[in-house]
Amino acid sequence: MEIDEVNCMKKKNGGKYAAISVLSVALFIFVWWLVSSGLGLTTESTLPGPDVVLKTFIKKLSDPAPDGGTMFQHIGSSLRVAMSGYLMGVVIGTPLGILMAWYKKVDLFARPLFDLLRPVPGIAWIPLMIIMFGIGMTSKVVTVFLAAFVPCVLNSYTGIRQTKDVHLWVGQTFGASNWQMLTRIAVPTSLPLVMTGVRVALGASWTTIVAAELLASTKGLGFMIQQARGIYRPDVIIAGMIAIGAIGALLTWVLTIIEHKVVKGVKA
Amino acid sequence: MKNEVIVCKDVSKRFETERGVVDVIDKVDLTVEENELVVLFGPGQCGKTTLINVMAGLETATGGEVTVSGKKVEKPGPDRGVVYQTTALFPWLTVMGNVEYGPKSRGISKKERRERAQYYIDLVGLQGFENSFPSKLSGGMKQRVGIARAYCNEPVVMFMDEPFGHLDAQTRYLMQEELMRIWEKEKRTIVFVTNNIEEALYLADRIVVMTNCPTTVKTEYKIDLPRPRDYVAPEFLHLREEISAVVDKTL
Repeated sequence: MEIDEVNCMKKKNGGKYAAISVLSVALFIFVWWLVSSGLGLTTESTLPGPDVVLKTFIKKLSDPAPDGGTMFQHIGSSLRVAMSGYLMGVVIGTPLGILMAWYKKVDLFARPLFDLLRPVPGIAWIPLMIIMFGIGMTSKVVTVFLAAFVPCVLNSYTGIRQTKDVHLWVGQTFGASNWQMLTRIAVPTSLPLVMTGVRVALGASWTTIVAAELLASTKGLGFMIQQARGIYRPDVIIAGMIAIGAIGALLTWVLTIIEHKVVKGVKA
Repeated sequence: MKNEVIVCKDVSKRFETERGVVDVIDKVDLTVEENELVVLFGPGQCGKTTLINVMAGLETATGGEVTVSGKKVEKPGPDRGVVYQTTALFPWLTVMGNVEYGPKSRGISKKERRERAQYYIDLVGLQGFENSFPSKLSGGMKQRVGIARAYCNEPVVMFMDEPFGHLDAQTRYLMQEELMRIWEKEKRTIVFVTNNIEEALYLADRIVVMTNCPTTVKTEYKIDLPRPRDYVAPEFLHLREEISAVVDKTL
Protein backbone atom coordinates (compact mmCIF):
# COMPACT_ATOMS: atom_id res chain seq x y z
CA MET A 1 0.00 0.00 0.00
CA GLU A 2 2.70 2.45 0.97
CA ILE A 3 4.66 1.57 -2.12
CA ASP A 4 1.56 2.26 -4.19
CA GLU A 5 1.25 5.68 -2.59
CA VAL A 6 4.86 6.45 -3.32
CA ASN A 7 4.40 5.31 -6.93
CA CYS A 8 1.32 7.46 -7.17
CA MET A 9 3.23 10.47 -5.87
CA LYS A 10 5.95 9.84 -8.40
CA LYS A 11 3.48 9.83 -11.28
CA LYS A 12 1.75 13.00 -10.19
CA ASN A 13 4.79 15.01 -9.43
CA GLY A 14 7.35 13.26 -11.59
CA GLY A 15 10.61 15.19 -11.55
CA LYS A 16 10.38 16.58 -8.07
CA TYR A 17 9.91 13.22 -6.35
CA ALA A 18 12.45 11.45 -8.54
CA ALA A 19 14.96 14.01 -7.30
CA ILE A 20 14.17 13.15 -3.67
CA SER A 21 14.72 9.47 -4.40
CA VAL A 22 18.05 10.10 -6.10
CA LEU A 23 19.14 12.38 -3.27
CA SER A 24 19.55 9.58 -0.70
CA VAL A 25 21.90 7.62 -2.93
CA ALA A 26 23.83 10.74 -3.92
CA LEU A 27 24.18 11.82 -0.30
CA PHE A 28 25.43 8.38 0.72
CA ILE A 29 28.06 8.35 -1.99
CA PHE A 30 29.11 11.90 -1.13
CA VAL A 31 29.64 11.08 2.58
CA TRP A 32 31.53 7.96 1.58
CA TRP A 33 33.75 9.99 -0.73
CA LEU A 34 34.27 12.64 1.93
CA VAL A 35 35.60 10.31 4.62
CA SER A 36 37.79 8.36 2.19
CA SER A 37 39.22 10.08 -0.87
CA GLY A 38 37.95 13.55 0.09
CA LEU A 39 39.40 14.10 3.56
CA GLY A 40 41.69 11.09 3.58
CA LEU A 41 40.36 9.76 6.92
CA THR A 42 40.72 6.20 5.67
CA THR A 43 43.38 4.53 3.61
CA GLU A 44 42.87 2.57 0.43
CA SER A 45 43.51 -0.68 2.27
CA THR A 46 40.74 -0.03 4.82
CA LEU A 47 38.00 1.93 3.06
CA PRO A 48 38.73 3.04 -0.52
CA GLY A 49 36.69 5.91 -1.93
CA PRO A 50 33.86 5.52 -4.43
CA ASP A 51 36.11 6.70 -7.26
CA VAL A 52 38.63 3.94 -6.53
CA VAL A 53 35.89 1.31 -6.26
CA LEU A 54 34.35 2.43 -9.54
CA LYS A 55 37.73 2.10 -11.26
CA THR A 56 38.21 -1.38 -9.79
CA PHE A 57 34.67 -2.34 -10.78
CA ILE A 58 35.21 -1.37 -14.42
CA LYS A 59 38.61 -3.03 -14.51
CA LYS A 60 37.21 -6.16 -12.88
CA LEU A 61 34.66 -6.57 -15.67
CA SER A 62 37.41 -7.86 -17.92
CA ASP A 63 40.33 -8.57 -15.58
CA PRO A 64 40.50 -11.96 -13.80
CA ALA A 65 43.11 -10.71 -11.27
CA PRO A 66 43.38 -11.04 -8.28
CA ASP A 67 40.98 -13.95 -7.75
CA GLY A 68 41.06 -15.78 -11.05
CA GLY A 69 37.77 -14.73 -12.62
CA THR A 70 36.26 -11.65 -14.24
CA MET A 71 33.24 -9.99 -12.70
CA PHE A 72 31.03 -11.46 -15.44
CA GLN A 73 32.30 -14.98 -14.79
CA HIS A 74 31.55 -14.64 -11.08
CA ILE A 75 28.11 -13.14 -11.68
CA GLY A 76 27.35 -15.86 -14.20
CA SER A 77 28.39 -18.58 -11.81
CA SER A 78 26.40 -17.17 -8.87
CA LEU A 79 23.34 -16.60 -11.03
CA ARG A 80 23.44 -20.07 -12.52
CA VAL A 81 23.57 -21.78 -9.11
CA ALA A 82 21.03 -19.43 -7.53
CA MET A 83 18.57 -19.77 -10.41
CA SER A 84 18.83 -23.58 -10.51
CA GLY A 85 18.01 -23.90 -6.83
CA TYR A 86 15.43 -21.15 -6.99
CA LEU A 87 13.50 -22.62 -9.89
CA MET A 88 13.46 -26.02 -8.20
CA GLY A 89 12.15 -24.38 -5.04
CA VAL A 90 9.36 -22.61 -6.90
CA VAL A 91 8.40 -25.57 -9.06
CA ILE A 92 8.24 -27.97 -6.12
CA GLY A 93 7.27 -25.61 -3.29
CA THR A 94 4.34 -23.79 -4.87
CA PRO A 95 2.34 -26.87 -5.92
CA LEU A 96 3.07 -28.51 -2.57
CA GLY A 97 1.69 -25.49 -0.71
CA ILE A 98 -1.40 -25.51 -2.93
CA LEU A 99 -2.03 -29.22 -2.41
CA MET A 100 -1.44 -28.94 1.34
CA ALA A 101 -4.02 -26.19 1.59
CA TRP A 102 -6.60 -27.96 -0.59
CA TYR A 103 -6.31 -31.60 0.43
CA LYS A 104 -6.58 -32.32 4.14
CA LYS A 105 -4.62 -35.56 3.86
CA VAL A 106 -1.66 -33.96 2.12
CA ASP A 107 -1.71 -31.34 4.85
CA LEU A 108 -1.73 -33.94 7.62
CA PHE A 109 1.10 -35.82 5.93
CA ALA A 110 3.41 -32.97 4.97
CA ARG A 111 2.69 -30.40 7.67
CA PRO A 112 4.72 -31.81 10.62
CA LEU A 113 7.81 -32.30 8.51
CA PHE A 114 7.44 -28.88 6.98
CA ASP A 115 6.94 -27.21 10.37
CA LEU A 116 10.18 -28.77 11.58
CA LEU A 117 12.19 -27.73 8.53
CA ARG A 118 10.72 -24.23 8.28
CA PRO A 119 12.57 -22.49 11.14
CA VAL A 120 15.99 -23.65 9.90
CA PRO A 121 17.45 -20.79 7.85
CA GLY A 122 18.79 -21.64 4.41
CA ILE A 123 22.41 -20.94 5.29
CA ALA A 124 22.27 -23.25 8.31
CA TRP A 125 22.14 -26.11 5.81
CA ILE A 126 25.48 -25.18 4.26
CA PRO A 127 27.83 -27.09 6.63
CA LEU A 128 25.84 -30.29 6.24
CA MET A 129 25.57 -29.84 2.48
CA ILE A 130 29.32 -29.31 2.15
CA ILE A 131 29.98 -32.54 4.03
CA MET A 132 27.45 -34.40 1.93
CA PHE A 133 28.12 -32.92 -1.52
CA GLY A 134 31.46 -31.11 -1.29
CA ILE A 135 31.99 -27.46 -2.17
CA GLY A 136 30.85 -27.78 -5.78
CA MET A 137 27.59 -26.79 -7.40
CA THR A 138 25.37 -29.48 -5.88
CA SER A 139 25.68 -28.42 -2.25
CA LYS A 140 24.81 -24.83 -3.13
CA VAL A 141 21.90 -25.68 -5.40
CA VAL A 142 20.36 -27.78 -2.64
CA THR A 143 20.91 -25.04 -0.07
CA VAL A 144 19.34 -22.40 -2.31
CA PHE A 145 16.51 -24.81 -3.08
CA LEU A 146 15.69 -25.15 0.62
CA ALA A 147 15.83 -21.38 1.10
CA ALA A 148 13.44 -20.77 -1.82
CA PHE A 149 11.19 -23.72 -1.08
CA VAL A 150 9.96 -22.52 2.33
CA PRO A 151 8.47 -19.13 1.33
CA CYS A 152 6.89 -20.71 -1.77
CA VAL A 153 5.09 -23.34 0.30
CA LEU A 154 4.03 -20.87 2.98
CA ASN A 155 2.63 -18.27 0.63
CA SER A 156 0.78 -20.59 -1.71
CA TYR A 157 -0.68 -22.37 1.32
CA THR A 158 -1.92 -19.12 2.83
CA GLY A 159 -3.12 -17.94 -0.58
CA ILE A 160 -5.32 -20.97 -1.18
CA ARG A 161 -6.71 -20.68 2.34
CA GLN A 162 -7.97 -17.20 1.49
CA THR A 163 -10.50 -18.57 -0.98
CA LYS A 164 -13.90 -17.20 -0.09
CA ASP A 165 -16.71 -19.61 0.72
CA VAL A 166 -19.11 -17.62 -1.43
CA HIS A 167 -16.83 -18.11 -4.45
CA LEU A 168 -16.81 -21.84 -3.83
CA TRP A 169 -20.61 -21.77 -3.53
CA VAL A 170 -20.85 -20.06 -6.87
CA GLY A 171 -18.60 -22.73 -8.33
CA GLN A 172 -20.71 -25.47 -6.80
CA THR A 173 -23.99 -24.05 -8.05
CA PHE A 174 -22.42 -23.89 -11.50
CA GLY A 175 -21.61 -27.56 -11.25
CA ALA A 176 -17.82 -27.23 -11.03
CA SER A 177 -15.90 -30.34 -9.96
CA ASN A 178 -13.52 -30.29 -7.02
CA TRP A 179 -10.58 -30.07 -9.43
CA GLN A 180 -12.20 -27.18 -11.31
CA MET A 181 -12.85 -25.39 -8.03
CA LEU A 182 -9.17 -25.75 -7.18
CA THR A 183 -7.80 -24.67 -10.53
CA ARG A 184 -10.38 -22.04 -11.48
CA ILE A 185 -11.30 -20.52 -8.11
CA ALA A 186 -8.77 -21.31 -5.39
CA VAL A 187 -5.62 -20.96 -7.50
CA PRO A 188 -6.63 -17.60 -9.02
CA THR A 189 -7.51 -16.39 -5.51
CA SER A 190 -4.08 -17.40 -4.28
CA LEU A 191 -2.11 -15.87 -7.17
CA PRO A 192 -1.23 -12.53 -5.53
CA LEU A 193 0.18 -14.33 -2.50
CA VAL A 194 1.85 -17.01 -4.62
CA MET A 195 3.62 -14.26 -6.52
CA THR A 196 4.70 -12.64 -3.25
CA GLY A 197 6.15 -16.00 -2.22
CA VAL A 198 7.95 -16.32 -5.52
CA ARG A 199 9.43 -12.87 -5.01
CA VAL A 200 10.45 -13.45 -1.40
CA ALA A 201 12.02 -16.74 -2.47
CA LEU A 202 14.09 -14.93 -5.09
CA GLY A 203 15.54 -12.59 -2.49
CA ALA A 204 16.24 -15.53 -0.18
CA SER A 205 17.94 -17.45 -3.00
CA TRP A 206 20.23 -14.59 -3.86
CA THR A 207 21.32 -13.89 -0.26
CA THR A 208 21.76 -17.60 0.39
CA ILE A 209 23.98 -18.22 -2.61
CA VAL A 210 26.29 -15.35 -1.70
CA ALA A 211 26.46 -16.61 1.90
CA ALA A 212 27.20 -20.13 0.70
CA GLU A 213 29.97 -18.88 -1.57
CA LEU A 214 31.51 -16.90 1.28
CA LEU A 215 31.76 -20.08 3.31
CA ALA A 216 33.04 -22.46 0.69
CA SER A 217 33.34 -22.29 -3.05
CA THR A 218 35.66 -22.01 -6.00
CA LYS A 219 33.86 -19.29 -7.93
CA GLY A 220 31.04 -16.80 -7.71
CA LEU A 221 30.63 -13.33 -6.23
CA GLY A 222 30.87 -14.59 -2.65
CA PHE A 223 34.09 -16.40 -3.53
CA MET A 224 35.51 -13.24 -5.12
CA ILE A 225 34.75 -11.23 -1.98
CA GLN A 226 36.26 -13.86 0.25
CA GLN A 227 39.45 -14.00 -1.84
CA ALA A 228 39.73 -10.20 -1.81
CA ARG A 229 39.43 -10.17 1.98
CA GLY A 230 42.39 -12.53 2.23
CA ILE A 231 44.64 -10.17 0.26
CA TYR A 232 43.35 -6.89 1.72
CA ARG A 233 41.54 -5.60 -1.34
CA PRO A 234 38.50 -3.77 0.08
CA ASP A 235 37.92 -2.14 -3.30
CA VAL A 236 37.20 -5.56 -4.83
CA ILE A 237 35.02 -6.47 -1.84
CA ILE A 238 32.92 -3.33 -2.28
CA ALA A 239 32.75 -3.81 -6.06
CA GLY A 240 31.40 -7.30 -5.37
CA MET A 241 28.88 -5.95 -2.88
CA ILE A 242 27.67 -3.42 -5.43
CA ALA A 243 27.20 -6.18 -8.00
CA ILE A 244 25.25 -8.25 -5.45
CA GLY A 245 22.99 -5.32 -4.58
CA ALA A 246 22.40 -4.29 -8.19
CA ILE A 247 21.60 -7.82 -9.38
CA GLY A 248 19.29 -8.46 -6.42
CA ALA A 249 17.39 -5.26 -7.18
CA LEU A 250 17.28 -6.07 -10.88
CA LEU A 251 15.87 -9.57 -10.29
CA THR A 252 13.18 -8.21 -7.97
CA TRP A 253 12.28 -5.58 -10.53
CA VAL A 254 11.88 -8.19 -13.28
CA LEU A 255 9.64 -10.28 -11.03
CA THR A 256 7.50 -7.27 -10.14
CA ILE A 257 6.85 -6.73 -13.83
CA ILE A 258 5.90 -10.39 -14.28
CA GLU A 259 3.67 -10.13 -11.22
CA HIS A 260 1.75 -7.22 -12.71
CA LYS A 261 1.20 -9.23 -15.89
CA VAL A 262 0.03 -12.36 -14.07
CA VAL A 263 -2.11 -10.94 -11.29
CA LYS A 264 -5.23 -9.42 -12.79
CA GLY A 265 -8.24 -7.63 -11.44
CA VAL A 266 -6.69 -6.67 -8.13
CA LYS A 267 -6.71 -2.93 -7.56
CA ALA A 268 -3.77 -1.64 -9.52
CA MET B 1 -53.11 -26.17 -12.82
CA LYS B 2 -49.90 -24.32 -12.23
CA ASN B 3 -46.54 -25.92 -12.47
CA GLU B 4 -44.87 -26.23 -9.07
CA VAL B 5 -41.13 -25.84 -9.45
CA ILE B 6 -39.88 -25.74 -5.86
CA VAL B 7 -41.51 -27.75 -3.13
CA CYS B 8 -40.18 -27.56 0.44
CA LYS B 9 -41.80 -30.07 2.75
CA ASP B 10 -41.25 -29.85 6.48
CA VAL B 11 -37.74 -28.49 5.97
CA SER B 12 -35.73 -28.06 9.16
CA LYS B 13 -32.11 -27.18 9.74
CA ARG B 14 -30.26 -27.58 12.98
CA PHE B 15 -26.64 -26.60 13.53
CA GLU B 16 -24.62 -28.32 16.17
CA THR B 17 -22.05 -25.85 17.38
CA GLU B 18 -19.60 -25.86 20.25
CA ARG B 19 -22.05 -23.85 22.29
CA GLY B 20 -24.92 -26.25 21.76
CA VAL B 21 -27.65 -27.00 19.28
CA VAL B 22 -29.16 -24.15 17.27
CA ASP B 23 -32.38 -24.57 15.34
CA VAL B 24 -32.27 -22.22 12.39
CA ILE B 25 -35.15 -23.46 10.24
CA ASP B 26 -38.21 -25.06 11.73
CA LYS B 27 -40.55 -27.06 9.51
CA VAL B 28 -40.87 -24.79 6.53
CA ASP B 29 -43.49 -25.68 3.92
CA LEU B 30 -43.19 -23.66 0.77
CA THR B 31 -44.09 -24.12 -2.87
CA VAL B 32 -43.00 -21.85 -5.67
CA GLU B 33 -44.65 -21.94 -9.08
CA GLU B 34 -42.99 -21.55 -12.43
CA ASN B 35 -42.02 -17.98 -13.29
CA GLU B 36 -43.23 -16.77 -9.96
CA LEU B 37 -41.28 -14.17 -8.02
CA VAL B 38 -41.54 -15.09 -4.37
CA VAL B 39 -40.06 -12.83 -1.72
CA LEU B 40 -38.98 -14.31 1.59
CA PHE B 41 -39.45 -11.43 3.96
CA GLY B 42 -38.38 -11.35 7.60
CA PRO B 43 -36.22 -9.76 10.24
CA GLY B 44 -32.47 -9.55 10.00
CA GLN B 45 -30.82 -12.43 11.79
CA CYS B 46 -33.12 -15.31 10.98
CA GLY B 47 -32.30 -18.25 8.76
CA LYS B 48 -33.37 -16.98 5.35
CA THR B 49 -29.90 -17.36 3.89
CA THR B 50 -29.72 -20.86 5.33
CA LEU B 51 -33.06 -21.70 3.71
CA ILE B 52 -31.70 -20.46 0.39
CA ASN B 53 -28.56 -22.54 0.86
CA VAL B 54 -30.64 -25.60 1.63
CA MET B 55 -32.77 -25.07 -1.48
CA ALA B 56 -29.63 -24.49 -3.54
CA GLY B 57 -28.13 -27.68 -2.13
CA LEU B 58 -25.14 -26.01 -0.50
CA GLU B 59 -26.33 -27.22 2.88
CA THR B 60 -28.36 -30.30 3.66
CA ALA B 61 -31.60 -30.09 5.57
CA THR B 62 -31.64 -31.97 8.87
CA GLY B 63 -35.34 -32.66 8.43
CA GLY B 64 -37.84 -32.75 5.58
CA GLU B 65 -36.93 -32.42 1.93
CA VAL B 66 -36.69 -30.01 -0.96
CA THR B 67 -37.55 -30.91 -4.53
CA VAL B 68 -36.85 -28.77 -7.57
CA SER B 69 -38.65 -29.81 -10.78
CA GLY B 70 -39.63 -33.03 -9.02
CA LYS B 71 -36.03 -33.99 -8.20
CA LYS B 72 -34.85 -34.17 -4.61
CA VAL B 73 -32.17 -31.59 -3.84
CA GLU B 74 -29.05 -33.25 -2.49
CA LYS B 75 -26.23 -31.15 -3.83
CA PRO B 76 -25.78 -27.92 -5.79
CA GLY B 77 -26.51 -28.02 -9.47
CA PRO B 78 -26.65 -25.78 -12.52
CA ASP B 79 -30.47 -25.84 -12.46
CA ARG B 80 -30.32 -23.56 -9.42
CA GLY B 81 -28.46 -20.26 -9.63
CA VAL B 82 -27.71 -17.91 -6.77
CA VAL B 83 -27.11 -14.16 -6.64
CA TYR B 84 -25.39 -13.24 -3.41
CA GLN B 85 -25.55 -10.26 -1.12
CA THR B 86 -21.98 -9.11 -1.12
CA THR B 87 -20.13 -9.24 -4.34
CA ALA B 88 -19.42 -12.84 -5.10
CA LEU B 89 -17.85 -11.99 -8.44
CA PHE B 90 -14.45 -13.45 -9.24
CA PRO B 91 -12.11 -10.47 -9.03
CA TRP B 92 -9.55 -12.06 -11.37
CA LEU B 93 -12.04 -12.38 -14.22
CA THR B 94 -13.49 -9.65 -16.40
CA VAL B 95 -17.23 -9.02 -16.65
CA MET B 96 -17.31 -11.38 -19.64
CA GLY B 97 -15.25 -13.96 -17.79
CA ASN B 98 -17.61 -13.87 -14.84
CA VAL B 99 -20.79 -14.07 -16.90
CA GLU B 100 -19.57 -16.94 -19.08
CA TYR B 101 -18.21 -18.83 -16.07
CA GLY B 102 -21.20 -21.14 -15.68
CA PRO B 103 -21.42 -22.30 -19.31
CA LYS B 104 -17.63 -22.59 -19.38
CA SER B 105 -17.67 -24.93 -16.35
CA ARG B 106 -20.09 -27.13 -18.21
CA GLY B 107 -17.89 -27.25 -21.28
CA ILE B 108 -20.03 -25.24 -23.69
CA SER B 109 -18.13 -24.11 -26.78
CA LYS B 110 -16.52 -20.71 -26.73
CA LYS B 111 -18.59 -19.28 -29.55
CA GLU B 112 -21.88 -20.35 -28.04
CA ARG B 113 -21.12 -19.24 -24.50
CA ARG B 114 -19.75 -15.90 -25.69
CA GLU B 115 -22.95 -15.21 -27.62
CA ARG B 116 -25.07 -16.15 -24.68
CA ALA B 117 -22.98 -14.15 -22.22
CA GLN B 118 -23.14 -11.14 -24.51
CA TYR B 119 -26.92 -11.42 -24.64
CA TYR B 120 -27.23 -11.28 -20.86
CA ILE B 121 -24.59 -8.58 -20.51
CA ASP B 122 -26.68 -6.49 -22.89
CA LEU B 123 -29.82 -7.44 -21.00
CA VAL B 124 -28.49 -6.09 -17.70
CA GLY B 125 -27.23 -2.97 -19.46
CA LEU B 126 -23.49 -3.52 -19.20
CA GLN B 127 -22.52 -3.42 -22.88
CA GLY B 128 -19.14 -1.73 -23.18
CA PHE B 129 -17.93 -3.12 -19.85
CA GLU B 130 -17.23 -6.67 -21.05
CA ASN B 131 -13.51 -6.36 -20.46
CA SER B 132 -13.62 -4.45 -17.18
CA PHE B 133 -12.55 -6.11 -13.97
CA PRO B 134 -15.02 -6.03 -11.06
CA SER B 135 -12.75 -3.76 -9.01
CA LYS B 136 -13.47 -1.00 -11.53
CA LEU B 137 -17.26 -1.31 -11.25
CA SER B 138 -19.72 0.37 -8.89
CA GLY B 139 -21.80 -1.66 -6.44
CA GLY B 140 -24.88 -1.56 -8.66
CA MET B 141 -22.90 -2.64 -11.71
CA LYS B 142 -21.36 -5.52 -9.77
CA GLN B 143 -24.81 -6.79 -8.86
CA ARG B 144 -25.85 -6.49 -12.50
CA VAL B 145 -22.93 -8.76 -13.36
CA GLY B 146 -24.07 -11.13 -10.61
CA ILE B 147 -27.56 -11.24 -12.11
CA ALA B 148 -26.23 -11.74 -15.63
CA ARG B 149 -23.95 -14.52 -14.39
CA ALA B 150 -26.84 -16.35 -12.74
CA TYR B 151 -29.05 -15.88 -15.84
CA CYS B 152 -26.31 -16.99 -18.23
CA ASN B 153 -26.19 -20.45 -16.72
CA GLU B 154 -29.89 -20.70 -17.63
CA PRO B 155 -31.08 -22.19 -14.35
CA VAL B 156 -34.63 -23.34 -13.67
CA VAL B 157 -34.76 -21.24 -10.52
CA MET B 158 -32.75 -18.34 -9.24
CA PHE B 159 -32.19 -17.51 -5.61
CA MET B 160 -31.36 -13.92 -4.74
CA ASP B 161 -30.05 -13.42 -1.25
CA GLU B 162 -30.46 -9.74 -0.40
CA PRO B 163 -28.67 -8.79 -3.61
CA PHE B 164 -29.30 -5.08 -3.12
CA GLY B 165 -28.66 -5.02 0.64
CA HIS B 166 -25.33 -3.25 0.34
CA LEU B 167 -26.33 -0.61 -2.18
CA ASP B 168 -27.16 2.98 -1.35
CA ALA B 169 -30.86 3.87 -1.34
CA GLN B 170 -30.87 5.54 -4.74
CA THR B 171 -29.06 2.70 -6.51
CA ARG B 172 -31.27 0.24 -4.72
CA TYR B 173 -34.45 1.74 -6.20
CA LEU B 174 -32.84 1.76 -9.61
CA MET B 175 -31.79 -1.87 -9.32
CA GLN B 176 -35.27 -2.92 -8.22
CA GLU B 177 -36.65 -1.25 -11.31
CA GLU B 178 -33.97 -2.91 -13.43
CA LEU B 179 -34.65 -6.33 -11.97
CA MET B 180 -38.31 -5.93 -12.89
CA ARG B 181 -37.40 -4.92 -16.43
CA ILE B 182 -35.03 -7.89 -16.79
CA TRP B 183 -37.52 -10.30 -15.27
CA GLU B 184 -40.42 -9.08 -17.45
CA LYS B 185 -38.21 -9.71 -20.48
CA GLU B 186 -36.75 -13.03 -19.32
CA LYS B 187 -39.23 -14.63 -16.94
CA ARG B 188 -37.70 -17.00 -14.46
CA THR B 189 -38.68 -18.53 -11.18
CA ILE B 190 -37.08 -16.34 -8.54
CA VAL B 191 -36.86 -16.64 -4.78
CA PHE B 192 -35.78 -13.28 -3.45
CA VAL B 193 -34.71 -12.69 0.15
CA THR B 194 -34.99 -9.25 1.72
CA ASN B 195 -35.68 -7.54 5.01
CA ASN B 196 -36.86 -4.38 3.29
CA ILE B 197 -40.67 -4.19 3.07
CA GLU B 198 -40.66 -1.61 0.26
CA GLU B 199 -38.42 -3.81 -1.85
CA ALA B 200 -40.56 -6.85 -1.09
CA LEU B 201 -43.75 -5.09 -2.15
CA TYR B 202 -42.21 -3.62 -5.26
CA LEU B 203 -40.96 -6.95 -6.58
CA ALA B 204 -43.13 -9.77 -5.30
CA ASP B 205 -45.90 -11.86 -6.81
CA ARG B 206 -46.14 -13.29 -3.38
CA ILE B 207 -44.58 -12.30 -0.06
CA VAL B 208 -43.82 -15.05 2.41
CA VAL B 209 -43.36 -13.58 5.88
CA MET B 210 -40.84 -15.50 7.94
CA THR B 211 -40.49 -15.52 11.71
CA ASN B 212 -37.25 -14.90 13.53
CA CYS B 213 -34.89 -17.74 14.60
CA PRO B 214 -35.79 -20.50 14.19
CA THR B 215 -37.38 -19.35 10.99
CA THR B 216 -40.69 -20.68 9.79
CA VAL B 217 -43.48 -19.40 7.56
CA LYS B 218 -45.64 -16.98 9.48
CA THR B 219 -48.09 -15.99 6.81
CA GLU B 220 -48.11 -15.05 3.15
CA TYR B 221 -49.59 -12.37 0.94
CA LYS B 222 -50.42 -12.55 -2.72
CA ILE B 223 -49.57 -9.20 -4.25
CA ASP B 224 -51.77 -8.34 -7.22
CA LEU B 225 -50.79 -4.72 -7.68
CA PRO B 226 -50.14 -3.84 -11.33
CA ARG B 227 -46.51 -3.35 -12.41
CA PRO B 228 -44.57 -1.13 -12.49
CA ARG B 229 -45.61 -0.44 -8.95
CA ASP B 230 -45.83 2.96 -7.33
CA TYR B 231 -44.05 3.18 -3.98
CA VAL B 232 -46.56 5.75 -2.72
CA ALA B 233 -49.84 4.43 -4.18
CA PRO B 234 -52.48 4.06 -1.43
CA GLU B 235 -52.77 0.27 -1.94
CA PHE B 236 -49.01 -0.06 -1.74
CA LEU B 237 -48.82 1.92 1.47
CA HIS B 238 -51.76 0.06 2.94
CA LEU B 239 -50.12 -3.32 2.30
CA ARG B 240 -46.86 -2.00 3.62
CA GLU B 241 -48.51 -1.04 6.88
CA GLU B 242 -50.36 -4.31 7.15
CA ILE B 243 -47.33 -6.52 6.54
CA SER B 244 -45.03 -4.43 8.72
CA ALA B 245 -47.43 -4.98 11.61
CA VAL B 246 -47.17 -8.76 11.30
CA VAL B 247 -43.38 -8.98 11.24
CA ASP B 248 -41.51 -9.91 14.41
CA LYS B 249 -39.83 -6.94 15.93
CA THR B 250 -36.15 -7.46 16.56
CA LEU B 251 -33.34 -5.23 17.65
